[in-house]
Amino acid sequence: MSNPAESLYNIRILDEFADKKSIIHDVHPLMKVLTTGAYLLVTVSFSNYELSGMLPLIFYPVIIMTLADIPMVPVFKRVLLALPLIIGIGLFNPIYDKSPMLVLPWITISGGWVSFFAILIKGFLTILAALILIATTGMTRIASALRTIRIPGVFIIQLLLTYRYIAVLVEEAGRVVRAYSLRSAGEKGIKFRDWGSLTGHLLIRSIERAQRVYRSMCCRGFTGEYHTGREKGIGIGDILYFAGWSLSFVIIRYFNIPEMIGWVMMGVRR
Amino acid sequence: MSHHIIQANNLKYKYPDGRQALNGVAFRITHGESVGIVGANGAGKSTLLMHLAGVLFPDEGEIRIGDVPVTKKTLPLIRQRVGMVFQDPDDQLFMTTVYDDVAFGPRNYKLPEEEVEKRVISSLNTVGILHLKDRPPYKLSGGEKRAAAIATVLAMNPDILVMDEPTSSLDPKSRRRLIRLLQSFTHTKIIATHDLDMVFELCERTIVLKDGRVITDGPTEKILCDAELMEECGLELPLGLQGCPVCGTKKPI
Repeated sequence: MSNPAESLYNIRILDEFADKKSIIHDVHPLMKVLTTGAYLLVTVSFSNYELSGMLPLIFYPVIIMTLADIPMVPVFKRVLLALPLIIGIGLFNPIYDKSPMLVLPWITISGGWVSFFAILIKGFLTILAALILIATTGMTRIASALRTIRIPGVFIIQLLLTYRYIAVLVEEAGRVVRAYSLRSAGEKGIKFRDWGSLTGHLLIRSIERAQRVYRSMCCRGFTGEYHTGREKGIGIGDILYFAGWSLSFVIIRYFNIPEMIGWVMMGVRR
Repeated sequence: MSHHIIQANNLKYKYPDGRQALNGVAFRITHGESVGIVGANGAGKSTLLMHLAGVLFPDEGEIRIGDVPVTKKTLPLIRQRVGMVFQDPDDQLFMTTVYDDVAFGPRNYKLPEEEVEKRVISSLNTVGILHLKDRPPYKLSGGEKRAAAIATVLAMNPDILVMDEPTSSLDPKSRRRLIRLLQSFTHTKIIATHDLDMVFELCERTIVLKDGRVITDGPTEKILCDAELMEECGLELPLGLQGCPVCGTKKPI
């Protein structure tokens, strides 16, 4: 945050990935949105104790990132930003649910811990899938895809402007923090008593800046719809992409693949 | 060419905080004129420009672009005719590539993609940054950003260009390049600025604002050379007309 240019670059890195060319980038945005939706549905449909069954879901983000040539580290870093929130959700599970779930000779793992990790993995996978969608499609193309399935324009504008103004907010925050640190006599961080005035100031500055951006958009004929131009139609390949992934998600949902591999490895037959 | 005439009648505007930014501004600008709007900070320059582009609406009085009054209903038409270049190019560039930013306006008017491309390429060519079309705007230099911001407006094919401080925060070379570029345009130009030397070079007519009123309106040479008037309005003679900083000799006017 202390370096506004760097934080701005970081926040826009997903948009830069979206401008790359790859087999995944070429898939119609609507199919990618639907595939991501299916993935999210399947991921959250696992119960909190089906830890092993959901493990194969990791293949989807890994395969997409590899094919789309998106570096893992910057994307994973962004997922980590949301991790405290997920940990907060599952934090009390190990405390309240102490029923033994897995008994090994040296350790007994309680149901609480299993559900905690399940929430962690689900959170990780869903956020990762959303970020990958942005990194392979770009927010404006996602918006146009949502428009084609008749999502009301007002929601899409909310989404686009929120996304657009995150960068504005970070930029303003960077400037405020830099100005503060230059006059704070070498102290680290921001003193608690200054938080109120700084955030208030930041809010007003961001609103003003957002208004100027919005005005400049209106001056160029913006009436509430983003037009991304050059969007090709949905081809057979796009439909196969969606169908193929959906089928794999269904298989992962109904068959516990790690367990089956375990049986095969150990030569156990039912 | 009556549709290029800009007529402001008794414009009054008060900001919500009670500050009277415009207090009876009136003028008439005809086709192809280059007009500089000068005045001290807070004189009402930026507020006036926002009225011209239909971003703000006057409390009293009216603005007409040709035969059309600037109202909420006529905005789509007005915004096609009047292109506004904002003071901070970062406010104007918000897409992921320069190309998409320049295409934003034409696409909003639902032009076919071939026409959009034609306009984008020609606008970027005009301002000399076609080679930057695939770059993200936030990675450009100040001068390049300014050029991109102007290209975004040119792509709308406006008849009238309205600019707020176009030379601010530009290095001398970029400033010179921008002045040459603006000289090559045949549009009606309205430029609000503190850069009086640029006004001297670029605009044959100057309007001086003070406290939301037009103090004087006339030929640039006559107004900017009037040291007393400049002083009274919180300005000074253009640097080019001031004495030599080394030997102190005055330039003949």
